[in-house]
Amino acid sequence: MGATAIETPVGEAFQTEQLSIYYGTYEAVKGISLPFAQNTVTALIGPSGCGKSTFLRSLNRMNDEISGSTTKGSIWIDGIDINAPGTDVIKLRQKIGMVWQKPNPFYKSIYDNVAFGPKYHGIKGKKALDEIVESSLRRAALWDEVKDRLKDSALALSGGQQQRLCIARALSVNPQILLLDEPASALDPVSTGKIEELIKELKEDLRIVIVTHNMQQAARISDYTAYFYLGSLVEYDKTEKVFTNPTNQMTQEYIMGRFG
Amino acid sequence: MKPKKARIEKHHIEDFIGRTYMSFCVALLIIIIVSMVYFVASKGISTFIGGDVTVSDFLFGTKWSPEGDTPSFGAFPFIAGSFLVTLLAALIASPLSLCAALFMTEIVPGWGKKLLQPVIELLAGIPSVVYGFIGLSVIVPFLRNTLPGQGIGVAAGALVLAVMILPTITSVAADALASLPQNLKESSFALGATRWQTISRVIIPTTFPAIMTGIVLGMARAFGEALAVQMVIGNAPFIPRSLFESASTLTSVITLGMGNTTMGSAHNNALWSMALVLMLMTFVFVFLVRLLERRNKI
Repeated sequence: MGATAIETPVGEAFQTEQLSIYYGTYEAVKGISLPFAQNTVTALIGPSGCGKSTFLRSLNRMNDEISGSTTKGSIWIDGIDINAPGTDVIKLRQKIGMVWQKPNPFYKSIYDNVAFGPKYHGIKGKKALDEIVESSLRRAALWDEVKDRLKDSALALSGGQQQRLCIARALSVNPQILLLDEPASALDPVSTGKIEELIKELKEDLRIVIVTHNMQQAARISDYTAYFYLGSLVEYDKTEKVFTNPTNQMTQEYIMGRFG
Repeated sequence: MKPKKARIEKHHIEDFIGRTYMSFCVALLIIIIVSMVYFVASKGISTFIGGDVTVSDFLFGTKWSPEGDTPSFGAFPFIAGSFLVTLLAALIASPLSLCAALFMTEIVPGWGKKLLQPVIELLAGIPSVVYGFIGLSVIVPFLRNTLPGQGIGVAAGALVLAVMILPTITSVAADALASLPQNLKESSFALGATRWQTISRVIIPTTFPAIMTGIVLGMARAFGEALAVQMVIGNAPFIPRSLFESASTLTSVITLGMGNTTMGSAHNNALWSMALVLMLMTFVFVFLVRLLERRNKI
């Protein structure tokens, strides 16, 4: 079940090539090549510990923050291998937004949470920042709920609102790619519905990669699905195909809930 | 199943003994604390009950000559001295401690935690007489040779205290920094913030109340420290005109004076009044820490 055996469309502007990630000598991700097409949602599924989160985190070099982790292989964005030494990680991360499982707003006001990124990328002037804050919050479908209390603490928001604020914060630097690590797993069903709705809207301008443990969610919102097992890519195809007629027996068993 | 009769089982007895023993310990502790506070307060107030000295004379009077022909008990030079060395020590130690804590938790989290944390905690355990001795034999000669004055004085006291409270502030700050959620930092990195921007704009503001708690705890320690300060500050009963002049603190005056006065004399009572001031200040510090901790929870 080698990753190389899987046919993947090539020539995407954003894709990984034989990407392996090690924690010390342990190989958490084993030579994975995956494309991420424009205006699509790619879901990464698989049992806990299969390497999908590690893989996701490597896409914006977040694993750099974990000591002892090393990465081999390439991550291509617009013809540049961002995994190559000498890459400006700071610049890179502006292109790639990330949202975590647990909502994690900064201990600041709603406004300052969203304005944080742009401020550091040299955007000055209240008017310009106001505009970014408003447009980011609108894109995250949060504007109407918070427009009258932008100066309130972000921690006063509900969990679902906090998570949409985190999405707005990620959108504030106008990324081309959005990485979502189980963004709805800590939320109630209503908030989850809102986040899923939002993901569908956001893919109009972005590439989205989402890690999820919720099979229904993956089926509902993604265009492509990749099934990971023990650090290897077992199956990758259109979501429809993976969920209705998977090629691999393991994928089928996992999706049916019989394994994992 | 027939209804059980209330039987005294072994674990009931254990529970009873344990509860009684703990209640006794707590009651004893409370009694000790209350009687200490009462003792210091009653002794301290007796200075003002006799009618010789008013509270404002004591707190704001600048002349201290308890054994003079017309004794006067102005404790302001000592109160000022205590605050001066404490604030200076906090000013010197806080930035150093914060940097040390950041270094341990953010820059080298691996061996920083494993190696530096125990070293810092070890520093906190060194007896104050050792600090005072080092201050006397290293800091004082250094100040004497490089700066005006005799070496002993406010600056020497503040430096010794700064070193003493360094571990307190560092370990409290390091604990606060280490308890930050990992992905809060990552959120900042993910927006393209640099490490420095993340530290200055996310990490420090978020942990600020906890860092302040560490600083206040350090100040409480500095304010109450007697021996090390007394060894290097010079013990002159005046308000210092520069940082390199001798001065006294409340604690140093008490430790130096206590043995030479008789119980019940006006001088002795005045020392108790200073002890009362110290105690009240400690309460203020504790109150401040509580206040900051409550803010921290939000």
